[in-house]
Amino acid sequence: MKTLGFHRIVASLALAFSLVIGTPAAMAQDAAATEQLESADPADVADVADPEAVSAGSDAYTPMAPTEGKGMPVAGGWDIQPQYSEDGEFAYGLHYGLIWVMAGISIFVLALLLYVIFRFRKGANPVPSKTSHNTLIEVIWTVVPALILLAIAIPSITLIARQYETPPKDAITIKAIGYQWYWGYAYPDNGDFEIVSNMLKEEDDPTRGDARARTDTDGPEQLAVDNRMVVPAGVPIRLQVTAADVIHSFAVPSLWFKMDGVPGRLNERIFQVDEPGVYYGQCSELCGARHGFMPIVVEALPMDQYNAWVLAQGGTIAGADEEGIEADPSLPPTQEPESAVEGAPGAGAAPVA
Amino acid sequence: MATTADNFQAHADHAHDDHADHKPGFFARWFMSTNHKDIGTLYLIFAIFAGIIGGGISGIMRAELAEPGIQYLQFWAEFMGGTPDFDTALHMWNVFITAHGLIMVFFMVMPAMIGGFGNWFVPLMIGAPDMAFPRMNNISFWLTVAGFVSLLFSLFVPGGTGPGAGTGWTVYAPLSTSGSSGPAVDFAIFSLHLAGAGSILGATNFITTIFNMRAPGMTLHKMPLFVWSVLVTAFLLLLALPVLAAAITMLLTDRNFGTTFFDPSGGGDPILYQHLFWFFGHPEVYIMILPGFGMISQIVATFSRKPVFGYLGMAYAMVAIGVVGFIVWAHHMYTVGLDVNTKMYFTAATMVIAVPTGVKIFSWIATMWGGSIEFKSPMVWALGFIFLFTVGGVTGVYLANGGVDDVVHDTYFVVAHFHYVLSMGAVFSMFAGFYYWFPKMCGKMHSELLSHIHFWLFFIGVNVIFFPQHFLGWQGMPRRYPDYTEAYTFWNEISSYGYHIMAFSMIFFFVNVFYTLFAGKKVGANYWGEGATTLEWSLSSPPPFHQFSELPVIEDHHDYHDHIGDAKPAH
Repeated sequence: MKTLGFHRIVASLALAFSLVIGTPAAMAQDAAATEQLESADPADVADVADPEAVSAGSDAYTPMAPTEGKGMPVAGGWDIQPQYSEDGEFAYGLHYGLIWVMAGISIFVLALLLYVIFRFRKGANPVPSKTSHNTLIEVIWTVVPALILLAIAIPSITLIARQYETPPKDAITIKAIGYQWYWGYAYPDNGDFEIVSNMLKEEDDPTRGDARARTDTDGPEQLAVDNRMVVPAGVPIRLQVTAADVIHSFAVPSLWFKMDGVPGRLNERIFQVDEPGVYYGQCSELCGARHGFMPIVVEALPMDQYNAWVLAQGGTIAGADEEGIEADPSLPPTQEPESAVEGAPGAGAAPVA
Repeated sequence: MATTADNFQAHADHAHDDHADHKPGFFARWFMSTNHKDIGTLYLIFAIFAGIIGGGISGIMRAELAEPGIQYLQFWAEFMGGTPDFDTALHMWNVFITAHGLIMVFFMVMPAMIGGFGNWFVPLMIGAPDMAFPRMNNISFWLTVAGFVSLLFSLFVPGGTGPGAGTGWTVYAPLSTSGSSGPAVDFAIFSLHLAGAGSILGATNFITTIFNMRAPGMTLHKMPLFVWSVLVTAFLLLLALPVLAAAITMLLTDRNFGTTFFDPSGGGDPILYQHLFWFFGHPEVYIMILPGFGMISQIVATFSRKPVFGYLGMAYAMVAIGVVGFIVWAHHMYTVGLDVNTKMYFTAATMVIAVPTGVKIFSWIATMWGGSIEFKSPMVWALGFIFLFTVGGVTGVYLANGGVDDVVHDTYFVVAHFHYVLSMGAVFSMFAGFYYWFPKMCGKMHSELLSHIHFWLFFIGVNVIFFPQHFLGWQGMPRRYPDYTEAYTFWNEISSYGYHIMAFSMIFFFVNVFYTLFAGKKVGANYWGEGATTLEWSLSSPPPFHQFSELPVIEDHHDYHDHIGDAKPAH
C-alpha cells in the first residue's frame, strides 16, 4: 500500500510540474497554430504536384503541399519546431521548463561571478579573508542542486514512459529501412509493399540525372523526397526502424521522434501524428558520403485518404475483403524497390564501396 | 643500481650550480629525453602543432557551412588526391569531421593537459626530482607522435568513397567495417592504438609517481588539487583506454580477418561496439576536463590570495565525477533502441554528475568570496572558464533527459554542448594554465596586454561560433552535415563569422609566445606573489634541469594550501 501512496505522490508532482511548465508551452503552440492557419493559402493547399493524378478520381492520392513553417525548420528559428504529436507536446513542455532551469542557473552563476569580481577585487578588498570551510553552505549547495535534479527527473521519467507505451494490438505497422543513401518504407499490414524514398535534387543540379527536379510543392531543398512515407493521422502506429547496410537514424523533429536503424535489429516505438500534414526530417546517424542527402518526409492523411493511397500503391486494406474493396490485382505490383538514383544500390543490395 | 645512483648524484642540484644544470646535447636532450620538464615541453609543442592542424580543419568546415550548397569540398577532394566528383567531395567532409575530432581529443587536449602540464608540474608540485619512470615517459611521448603520424597518413590513402577515414571520431561499426574499404580506417584505428598505449603508459607513470614520490610530509590530503586532478585522470585513463583498445582491435579483426564481432550476419551486434566505445568515451570526456578543474583551482586560489574553499570537497568531487563517469555511458546511445528501464536508469545516473560538478563551481566562487582578486591573465581565463563551463554544464543536464534527447540527439545542440565544455571548458583552462606557468617554464614574462586581448577576442569568438549552434540544433539541423536547407543559413553564417574572430585572436597568442621567448622580461621564482604557495614557486624560473635532489619537507604546520611558507597558520 505504501508503494501506491508513493506512486500517487509522484504522479501528482508530475502533474503539478507539467501544469506549471505546460501552460506557457500550450500557449506558444496555440499561437503557432493560429499563425499557420493565417499563412496557409487555400490555393497552396489545393496545389498538387502531379496534375494528372486529379483526373483519376477524388479518391486518388495527390501529394500534399507542405504548409510553410509546419513540420519544417523556419529561417532564423531558434526554438524546437512546433510539435504535432501528444508526446511531442508533453516533451515540449519539459523542454520549456528546462530552458528556464538552464537560464536560471547560468544567470545565477554569472551574477555571483560579477558580484565577487566587483566586491572582492584587490582595490575594494585589499586584505583577503582566510575562510576555507563552511559546512552549512557546502551542504546547501549539494542538496539544493540534487532537489532541482529530482524535480527535473520526475517529468523526465514520465516522458520516457509515455514514449515507450506499447502500441495497441490493431495499430498499423510501418517499417522504415535505412539504405545508403535513401529510405525504404514497408507496409507489412497493407500487403507488404515497399516505397523507395529518394531526395529530390534541384533543377540545376548537375548530379540530378534523369530524376525529377524538386518543386516547391515537394518541400524545401535538401528536405524534399520523391515518394513520401504516408501514414494515417490521429491513430497510433507501430513504427519499426532498421537498416540494410550501416546504421541510419529515422528522425522527425516536429514529431519529437528519433530512432536508429541498426542492421540486424528491429527497433519499435509508438508513433502518432495528430493532424494531417507534411513533416520533414533527416537521417541522424553518420552513414557515409551522402549522409546529408537522405531526408525523411512523413505525410499524414485522414484514414480514408490513407486507404486510398495504399490501394493506389497496390496494397491491401486489412478487413477489406468482406467489403469488396480489395486492390485490383491487375494493377502493376509494388513500386520496384530500386533506388531512383542512378548507380545507387537497390533495396537490400550490398552497399556501394 | 649503483650506477644509476651515481649518475643521479652527478646531477645533484645546488640551485644555480652549472654542474646541476648540465644538459645533454640537442639530439640527446630532445629526442632521447628522460627529463619530465623537457618531455612536458615536447608534449606542449606537439599539442600546439596538432591544435593548429585540428583548428585549421575546423576553419575549412566553417567555411563550407557558411552558406548552403557545396562550395569547397570538390577542391579538397582533388587536393587530397581524390577525384572531384560529388560523392568524393562529400566523403571529404566526413574525413574532416573525423580528423578534427580525433586530433583535438587525442593529439591536442590530452597531450597538452596530461602530457604537457601534468609532466611539467606534477613532479614539481609534489617535490619530486622527476617522474617515477623517466624512460617510459619518453616512449609515452613518442608513441603519441607515432599515433599522430599514422592518423595523418590515413588522410592520403583510400578510405572507401575517397581518401581518408570518414567514419566520425566514434568509428561506429558497420560504417567503419563493411562500410569503409581501403586502408585509411585501419591506419586511423592503429593511430588510436598507438596514442592509447602511450596514454596508458603515461597513466601508470603518473599513478606511481604520485603515490610513491611525494615529498616527506605531503599526505594525500595535503596534495595540490592539480595533482589530485591528474591522479584521478590517470586512473580513468588506466581503466577506460584498454576497453577502447579492445573495441578497436575487434574492429580491425572484423575488417581484415573475417571475424563478426559487430556484424549481425555472423551473430555479432553493432550496438556492442557502441557500448564498448562509450564505456571508454564517457570517462574520456572527464579525462579531458579534470586536469582543467585542477588548474582552475590553483589559479583561482592564487589570484584571490585565499586557500581553495572546501579542499576535501573539491578533491572528492573529482573522485566522484570519475567514479560516476563510468556508469553513465549509454546516454550517448539514447536512440539506439535501449529498453525503457535502461533509458530511465541512464537518465537518472547522468543527472547525478551535475551535483559534484555544481560543488566545484560553487567552491570556486566561494574561494573568490572574501578574497583580494587580481585580474592577471590566468585569472581572467579562469573566470571565463567557470562561466562557460556552467553554460556547457546546464545544457548537459538538458541532454541527460533521455526523452528530451530524442529530439536533439545528433543535432547541432549536442555539438554546441560539447564545444562549450571542451572548446571553452578544456581550452580555456589550458590557456589559463599556459599563462599561469609559461613564465615558470621559460623564465620570462609574457605580455599581459596581449594575453588580455587574446582572452577577450577568443571569448567573443567562441561564443559567436557555438551559441547559435544551440538554436540550429533545436530547429533540427543534424550534425556531420556538409549542406543544409536554406532555413538554417542565418545561424550558420553567424557561426562562421565567429570563427574569424576566434582565429584572429590566436594571432595574439602566437605573437605573445614569440615576444616572451625573445623579448620577455626575466622573472624570479614566484612572480605571482603571496597567493602562489605550491612547491613549483620555490624553484627558480625556469627550474633547474634537475630539481629537488634534496627533498623539500612538508612540516606539520604546512596546510594543503601552503607548502612553502614559514609562518604557522592562524588556525
